Amino acid sequence: MEIYDLTIHELHEKLKAKEVSSVEATRAMLERIEAVDGQVNAYITVTPEQALVEAEAADKRIAAGDVAPLTGIPVGLKDIFITKGIRTTCGSRILENFVPPYDGTAVAKLKEQGAVIVGKLNQDEFAMGSSNESSYFGPVKNPWNLECTPGGSSGGSAAAIAARTATATLGTDTGGSIRQPASHCSCVGLKPTYGRVSRYGVIAYASSLDQVGPLTRDVTDAALLLGAVAGYDPKDSTSVNTPVPDYVAGLQAGVKGLKIGLPKQYFIEGLDPDVKRAMDEAIALYKSLGAELREVSLPHTEYAVATYYLIATAEASSNLARYDGVRFGHRAEDVRGLKEMFAKTRAEGFGSEVKRRIMLGTYALSSGYYDAYYVKAQKVRTLIMQDFLNAFNEVDVLLTPIAPTPPFKIGEKLADPLQMYLSDIFTIPVNLAGTCGISIPAGFSADGLPIGLQLIGKPFGEAAILSTAYAFEKETQWHLKKAPL
Amino acid sequence: MKITRSEVEHVARLARLELTDSELDTFTGQMDGILAYVEKLNALDTEGIVPTSHAVPMENAFRPDQPAESIGVEAALANAPLRAESFFRVPKVIE
Repeated sequence: MEIYDLTIHELHEKLKAKEVSSVEATRAMLERIEAVDGQVNAYITVTPEQALVEAEAADKRIAAGDVAPLTGIPVGLKDIFITKGIRTTCGSRILENFVPPYDGTAVAKLKEQGAVIVGKLNQDEFAMGSSNESSYFGPVKNPWNLECTPGGSSGGSAAAIAARTATATLGTDTGGSIRQPASHCSCVGLKPTYGRVSRYGVIAYASSLDQVGPLTRDVTDAALLLGAVAGYDPKDSTSVNTPVPDYVAGLQAGVKGLKIGLPKQYFIEGLDPDVKRAMDEAIALYKSLGAELREVSLPHTEYAVATYYLIATAEASSNLARYDGVRFGHRAEDVRGLKEMFAKTRAEGFGSEVKRRIMLGTYALSSGYYDAYYVKAQKVRTLIMQDFLNAFNEVDVLLTPIAPTPPFKIGEKLADPLQMYLSDIFTIPVNLAGTCGISIPAGFSADGLPIGLQLIGKPFGEAAILSTAYAFEKETQWHLKKAPL
Repeated sequence: MKITRSEVEHVARLARLELTDSELDTFTGQMDGILAYVEKLNALDTEGIVPTSHAVPMENAFRPDQPAESIGVEAALANAPLRAESFFRVPKVIE
């Protein structure tokens, strides 16, 4: 067992017992990045000098007996998180040289605990994608099979866990962007309830759907990292002022008597046979642990992808209006007048997926189409939310696949955006409903590719999905299997 | 056809995006396909359904109007592509 293989809680124990220093752990991680990231491309920016300064400061804290759960732990951040003095690109050419003047709230909270930031992680451009192929900085390779995508948009955040090039990472999830890559890379990824974690200092994609969450090696680490970043923030008026429970203390709750719902619309024809087998095994295991499983219905599931791609693109077209070449980011040269500067700057700065979504969103919001597309989608969103509320009157937690198939090949779905969008069918409804979901390792395909299991909770029911996930992890140990890298 | 090439050109102007001829062709086809797909929402009767703009029920979030420290001119201008004194510099707006 190398230092870079350890979980947060394992490394924390070793740091506290002074068996290893944060400087040693950070050096080990930086060397690991140096050794394997050339193959994976999980990092856009590595920050060795700053990381070692932070590690020395953490070691001083530890020597003084002031050890928080994340003190001295090497973490990576999706490059969507604003970091003071560290280049933040959001995977885009338009922000290629952007160095933010402040830290976002989630990052500030990690720094307060003394976490060590080793670098900024690759992602789909502006978090728009399901395969990490839309990044200006090149695709990320899946550590389990370098020909496959790691999923997206937090592909770098998931691949770094699988490649053991970060102890834990933060990602964001707008339509599955934490859970789907976590599933494809065999790690744990949690999308909290909308409002659970502050979005201050997180570059906006679709503001009514975006949420920050952890990607980790095991469920305990997800509980720890969520607890570290969750909570009300006056700087994000959509963050919710409700107490943050001790998620780690709640992990042992068990599943005896727990009512687990199986939404029938998620167990459909066309589900990959390996995914189906993994789900069947998980269902059998929960039954054997004393949970009560029953079928439920989420009747509007088939409308979720269409609803999402209208609402998310509409919000994106508005959010991305700020990239105009005036105050920060790329600016086109040799232009005649302001309008041409805007249009050329954006043409040069954005990649094709971002342009496509800005176009769709602008169309859905444009005069004459607003009611037919945007308002219609918002009404269907109400129906989808209602589906979940109804289901949660009957059961405590829902169990579903994360993706219809194991990880797909790089390039496989690039020519057909609609096929790519449809691969998010099982994750998108959770964002539309604003509730929480977690992806945990649930086995492997015949080809050795990871398969994830999703547990969906009630709004602010993170503790319940974490303890349900923990019960599974304890029995299966899928999370201990390492990518061949 | 859900959308024509000239409509796509119009939307690109609204979005302040300069698209090449080949991008216009590609996007016309792709947007047409996506818009045909989202048509399926029309199968649902949403008469009387209240639209959801936000997942968590929320009133206006007010805070006391108190002055606090701001980021400062130098930090705010540090990423400016072009500046002049304490201003962002842009091409001439009025022809």
